[in-house]
Amino acid sequence: MTAVIEVNNLSKHYKDKRALDNVSLSLEGDAIYGLLGRNGAGKTTLMSILTAQNFATSGDVKVFGEHPYENARVLSRICFVRESQKYPDDATPRHAFKAASLFFTNWDQELAEQLIKEFQLPMKQTIKKLSRGQLSAVGVIIGLASRADITFFDEPYLGLDAVARQIFYDRLLEDYSEHPRTIILSSHLIDEVANLIERVIVIDDGKILLNEETDAVRDRAVTVVGDSAEVDAWVASREVLHRDQLGRVASVTVLGALSSEERAQVTASGLDLAPVSLQQLIVRLTQKASAESGAENQEVR
Amino acid sequence: MIEEGKALFLQIAEQIEDSILDGSLEEESKAPSTNELAAFYRINPATAAKGVAMLTDKGVLYKRRGIGMFVQSGARELLLGERRSAFADRYIDPLLAEARTLGLGADDLAALLRERAAVAASASTTEGNPA
Repeated sequence: MTAVIEVNNLSKHYKDKRALDNVSLSLEGDAIYGLLGRNGAGKTTLMSILTAQNFATSGDVKVFGEHPYENARVLSRICFVRESQKYPDDATPRHAFKAASLFFTNWDQELAEQLIKEFQLPMKQTIKKLSRGQLSAVGVIIGLASRADITFFDEPYLGLDAVARQIFYDRLLEDYSEHPRTIILSSHLIDEVANLIERVIVIDDGKILLNEETDAVRDRAVTVVGDSAEVDAWVASREVLHRDQLGRVASVTVLGALSSEERAQVTASGLDLAPVSLQQLIVRLTQKASAESGAENQEVR
Repeated sequence: MIEEGKALFLQIAEQIEDSILDGSLEEESKAPSTNELAAFYRINPATAAKGVAMLTDKGVLYKRRGIGMFVQSGARELLLGERRSAFADRYIDPLLAEARTLGLGADDLAALLRERAAVAASASTTEGNPA
């Protein structure tokens, strides 16, 4: 497979804030990627540079092997569903869909109609008067029905209830199965998207913290629970992500998959093993990274 | 249905193996497609494909060009052998570990096992003829 997106040493500075710090990435086509990270980590900045809606301070991005800026060949194949998309004051959802259908050559009107029904979207109201959830539904419908070669969803679920989010995930998987393409899904609801994404990319403080196949990360960490002396002895030679203690019982999350022999050893010594979800792993990795960079800054001072 | 902390493709492969073992998926019958698995388990199709590929490599499934994946003849025997040899590791060892904590010896366990097996057997014979 060939890379549809290439990012080389990309940095972006806003006045005194560094939003992206020397980021390099290469994404192959026909896959669903999860772009995860805290607010302000740099997710939206990265996506807006890739879609030519923002400029890099330094470094280079290529989409389909070309520079995206003012490049109609590239831009007509990209759809960016922004969390805070602006529409003209008097525009209704019908206007927004009409405009999208003219711009995107793969637009599927039938799919759009089906989604409008499923999301129960009022078509005659101006977008300005829609609820937050209905506004998100407009973006989700455009993102799915445009069937662009690369689609970015930047937190597309704001205001959507659990039922509407499930409709989005189900339709995304269904349409992706029939029409494979590149989907980049930025989300805070990590547990909800964990099974949908083939690859997980975590950004923290403008840097890539993790970029791996999601399935390979699922058994990356494990939590060992039991008598604190026993637990500490066992985790001594490992990289500890997190530690909790209640009385004599310690619960320690360590990095690294366990072999079946190691698992047997742990249970034989009376300790319990608990799996670590993708969300927990990312929270722990992010906390560890910020603790370490905090410590570094302290040393500099 | 899906657990945390374990590769999804392995879990998908195990679910297919379970259906072959319990007979709901017969030998030489058509296995679910990658897209059907993805939709049913709500997972990425590439992950489902990896699970199917693993079973193909193992000789449990095979591909009929243009039609789909089918269960190989002899797959059930193969899986039974594999699961039986893993049975002690998977079920007996944890059983013994818990028994030790509770102060139960191997003889106590054997007695318990016979007692429970008798209860289960009598329940399954009365099932179906409510007298």
